[in-house]
Amino acid sequence: MTEAIREVQGHLVVALSGEIDLDRAPAVRRQLLDCVKRQQDVLVDLSAVTYIDSSGIASLVEALQWATRRGSDLSLVAVSPQALRVFELARLDKVFSIHPDIDAALAAAD
Amino acid sequence: MSASTAEYLLELRFPAQANRMVMVRDIVRSAARFCGFDEPATQDIVLAVGEACQNVILHAYDGRGDGPILLDILDSADRMILRVTDFGPAVATATVQPRALHELRPGGLGTHFIHKVMDTADFGRSPTGVGNVLQMTKKKDLAK
Repeated sequence: MTEAIREVQGHLVVALSGEIDLDRAPAVRRQLLDCVKRQQDVLVDLSAVTYIDSSGIASLVEALQWATRRGSDLSLVAVSPQALRVFELARLDKVFSIHPDIDAALAAAD
Repeated sequence: MSASTAEYLLELRFPAQANRMVMVRDIVRSAARFCGFDEPATQDIVLAVGEACQNVILHAYDGRGDGPILLDILDSADRMILRVTDFGPAVATATVQPRALHELRPGGLGTHFIHKVMDTADFGRSPTGVGNVLQMTKKKDLAK
């Protein structure tokens, strides 16, 4: 599955969807790292993610670490309830910047 | 009906391959709902089984995809029992221990999730002497 990527006010918005598990995590990881390496701030929209597990979380953590090393931001927006539960279990809800929607994320970046 | 009189709900055998897991999780989701769990608890049960199977795929079979996974699901009045069995070599206990969360690094969270969302999770060698078994239970909220 190809993830939707668009540019909004200088940010790359990556919209993930469906179930992100061991099978799909490698492709998601590649896509997130490609975005981060463009040295733009990245917003990852998780509103349509119906399932994410430790392998999907690992892809996001790795992308966040790359972004931090390169001096850019990677934030999460519109995190679905299942995904938020998993981030909370991993105590990563305090590590990632999480915004209710793209507008709020853009406002926070100003 | 107590846990000791749990009835078999289903037995599933499938290859330890990542691309089978969407289907397996769908079945577990349906089974949890059948047992009367609400949506948040159902999502927790699905996550636990997904992580358990992922551990088998990665550790018991080293990602080769050539071994089977057995999933047994039992239902009783007060709990759901889920048993994940593989036929691989003994897995070092350290690989299935939850890791500390203070260090930010990718990976190693699956077992932590299992222990957080299930009421019990017991890992050991299969009684037959071949393979590993993870038995998990989720209590029902009888007040609902």
